[in-house]
Amino acid sequence: MSEPALNEPALNEPTLNGPLPPTPGQTVGPFFGYALPYARGNELVEPGTPGAVRLHGTVRDGAGNPVPDALIEIWQADAAGDVVGRSGSILRDGTFTGWGRAETDREGGYWFRTVAPGSTEPGRARFFAVTVFARGLQDRLFTRAYLPDDPGSLGTDPLLTSLGAERRATLVTAREPDGSLRFDIRLQSDSKGEETVFLTYDRSTQPTRSTQPTRPARSARPGRDGAGA
Amino acid sequence: MDAAPDLAAESQAQLSAEIEAGHRAYEEGLEQGLPEELGPRRDWPPYRSSLLRHPTKDLHHADPETIELFAPVFGERDVGALEADLTVQPGGEPIGERLVVRGRVVDGEGRPVRRQLVEVWQANAAGRYLHKRDQHPAPVDPHFTGVGRMLTDDDGWYQLRTIKPGPYPWKNHFNAWRPAHIHFSLFGREITQRIVTQMYFPGDPLFALDPIYQSIQDARARDRLVATYDHDLSEHEWATGYRWDIVLTGAHRTWTEPEDGDE
Repeated sequence: MSEPALNEPALNEPTLNGPLPPTPGQTVGPFFGYALPYARGNELVEPGTPGAVRLHGTVRDGAGNPVPDALIEIWQADAAGDVVGRSGSILRDGTFTGWGRAETDREGGYWFRTVAPGSTEPGRARFFAVTVFARGLQDRLFTRAYLPDDPGSLGTDPLLTSLGAERRATLVTAREPDGSLRFDIRLQSDSKGEETVFLTYDRSTQPTRSTQPTRPARSARPGRDGAGA
Repeated sequence: MDAAPDLAAESQAQLSAEIEAGHRAYEEGLEQGLPEELGPRRDWPPYRSSLLRHPTKDLHHADPETIELFAPVFGERDVGALEADLTVQPGGEPIGERLVVRGRVVDGEGRPVRRQLVEVWQANAAGRYLHKRDQHPAPVDPHFTGVGRMLTDDDGWYQLRTIKPGPYPWKNHFNAWRPAHIHFSLFGREITQRIVTQMYFPGDPLFALDPIYQSIQDARARDRLVATYDHDLSEHEWATGYRWDIVLTGAHRTWTEPEDGDE
């Protein structure tokens, strides 16, 4: 049954009893492959775009075996650090939308063609926001794939500095000799440090921390087009 | 009906006992003051495929950064108007019980998620997915792909037309059947609200037996995945109607009224 409050046509009144309980997630199961992936979903930019970079990696399970039925999504700022807010991720007509989707292949591999995101605020560490789905994974996992190139901003990043060195390393992409960025995802590991750090943004799970860094004034000015909408 | 016994030797009774023991431990935890669980457990052994695919460490808290306070935007150039109707197929109509499924996507504060992408996929009326790896020897329906997508409207409503999916056998254990379900993929206004889930039909006798549905420990939370029959959505001599609303997690970004100050 749905939440009784939701059967009312008007939902804009403030809720008196705090947030509505969220709809639980469920696994994507084994058969999303013919439904969610779409042509060039993993190509955020066209081949030959200046600054184009390949972001790629392998998804592995707790035994170290590749996960051939995972779905990886990335969401990122553009090269200038702006959140673009443009439609067209499915159409893929050459508009950079900042969002992409890739399914893993038989060897657990995935790849995106994109550009490195810029800092959304001056001096801020740059990363791709990554969401992971898989058969056998009951609910999506969030993580971040940081760019490896600016040690200064990585060294002051609130998330990275809250982690030990080994765990932190799971969030930083590796620059490969061919210039590509490698981000392997380990869903599970019993050896310390190897399992990818997965994130929650839920304030109720936040450990008691009184010194929450204040966010710098946002430079990003997302111009949402709601295009064609 | 030849489930390979070596791959699926465990009995439903064994699985059901594990599910029951898990739920009992959850209830006892509640009595001892542990928090109510709103989502599924990733670490849930009755769903055998989860054994090696759940993180063993707690999720790490992060304050969302700017990019995480926004979500991708989809528009009408991404989604065709006919994609919300899974019964429109070249060459003929799919076999099955026609349905209208309608509901509202809102955030934790009850505010509509406007103009956002909803994706669905499902088995056909015989419980068969149009996927090369689906080996279930039930008929493929040449007029049903079972894939659709749509945008919510300005009040967060989505609506799709489809046929009722059949229950689906899988290899978690011997004689294992999934309750009939439609997969849903949803976006909010912030990427942290992203979910993929499954909608179920009221009164399904397979609920109690299903390790995936029962991975949600809390009975009230499980109910949130079950649509309600809604006679007002049924269409005369055409289709029966179901209502299913979706609540995403609360937003972090400051909400301004009117909300489209930045849109």
